Amino acid sequence: MDIIKFLDEFTSESLTRKASSRREMLGSLGNLGKKAAMVAVPFGLASTSGKAFAQSSGNDATAALQLALTLEYLEAEFYIKALDSGVLPSGGRAEAVYNQISKHESAHVTFLQTGLGDNSIDSPEFDFTAGGAFDPFNPNNDMAYAQLLALAQAFEDTGVRAYKGQAGNLMGTQFLTPALQIHSVEARHASEIRRLRADVINESSNENALGWITLNNRGPGMPEATQAVYDGEENVVQGGVNLVDATGFSAEAVSQSYDEPISGEVAQQIAGLFIASNDG
Amino acid sequence: MEKPRIKVDAVTAKPSKNSNSRRKFLKMGGLAMAGSGLLLYGCSDDDDMNPDPMPPGEVFDLGSGDVGILNYAYALEQLEAAFYTNVLDGSYWAGANAEEKRILEDLYDHEVIHREFFKAAIGANAEVSQVLPELEFDFSSVNFADRDSVLGTARVLEDTGVAAYNGAGRLLQTPDFLVIAGKIVSVEARHAAAIRSIYLESDTAFAGDDIIDSNGLDLAKDPQTILSEVGNTGFVVTEFTANNLPQ
Repeated sequence: MDIIKFLDEFTSESLTRKASSRREMLGSLGNLGKKAAMVAVPFGLASTSGKAFAQSSGNDATAALQLALTLEYLEAEFYIKALDSGVLPSGGRAEAVYNQISKHESAHVTFLQTGLGDNSIDSPEFDFTAGGAFDPFNPNNDMAYAQLLALAQAFEDTGVRAYKGQAGNLMGTQFLTPALQIHSVEARHASEIRRLRADVINESSNENALGWITLNNRGPGMPEATQAVYDGEENVVQGGVNLVDATGFSAEAVSQSYDEPISGEVAQQIAGLFIASNDG
Repeated sequence: MEKPRIKVDAVTAKPSKNSNSRRKFLKMGGLAMAGSGLLLYGCSDDDDMNPDPMPPGEVFDLGSGDVGILNYAYALEQLEAAFYTNVLDGSYWAGANAEEKRILEDLYDHEVIHREFFKAAIGANAEVSQVLPELEFDFSSVNFADRDSVLGTARVLEDTGVAAYNGAGRLLQTPDFLVIAGKIVSVEARHAAAIRSIYLESDTAFAGDDIIDSNGLDLAKDPQTILSEVGNTGFVVTEFTANNLPQ
């Protein structure tokens, strides 16, 4: 299974030594060169194997909201399980942040279910190990905390990009404004998680950890497996104008100033990695 | 003065140790019923003020349709960019810790880039005369040597930006403009979370219960509400009207 191939990569790069011991345990992955070739694929494309979403073939707005609901199911369940896992340090900032985000994601689920009414869909069955690649809810896993933080950031940034990509499908409907209101909440989450991660790994003043996305940089300690979440964020052309040329600011600054959308297809591919079944 | 103008009340700015007691801030009243009129009115009793960029007697109107909304966004980005320009010139920023310094420097970059984008985008989509002029601002009520004053103002401006873009999205007709507004609003939300995170005590302030409702929805406000709130800050000196924005 392809997903297994980047197992090791989904660990904090700042914890290389621990990651190495994991590599030793996984004899079949001893060939680093081979594995490096595989990790170029991960988050985006590894999941095209028929784990499609259960979407009714309704209009674009309905499909957009169903995609949104699926992503919210993913996030809501993730944060609930994260908080139940015992992996997050008790009583600290991380727990408070996860609690607040969990509250929002669960509210988004209810809100979208209500909005969709008869077109609502059930939650798929999620597999947050992505077929055994991760073990984020296991307190005995040394990498669990890093994986929880990395997954949270990846989910939030995916959510921001996915909602942005669906805005056009919601134009002229009563759902556009609420979708925008969810979208900016996801962006607040993404910003906070990025800084929280940086704080945990002592990278608080890292320029890629302040809360926004520089070029397609996924941030310090973020596993390479998540790169598909950030590909395309390096865009500096807005409205047909290259803003580096037009403003004299660096490509880094220009790219930070605009978050880029992803298509529904890419959003499904990323989320599909964590969908165990399609019985929704 | 044939233009419909709403009642303008003078109120004294909130007392702060740095505020100029002579300065009067102008507050707009009666906006809700004055559907036809909105005017950001400057401190016209100051004789040392720079001349308006508009010819005498002419007050710029943001316009209608998508151009009107883009001008509205351009006004807000001008405000934010001007604020962070002052922040980076101030002594608080000069002595701030590395993280706060970087955050504020990045926010300056982003808002100036947004401002320049709108200037170019509107210019490409409308007559020169329809592009909002460069606005004049007055930040004398902000103490740029004081962390609370700087970060507190930044928090208001960033949350306002998020609420403004969220509320204006439905007023746009062109899908490409909606997507670009979406690209910007999430960055404003990232800013707002960062400022709240470093400034407010609570670990949940980044998306606090004061702004996110029980459905998990962020703020969304229509242009009239936003322009009224912005007018109340007293930051905007140059007059302009918003009489023709889509509702």
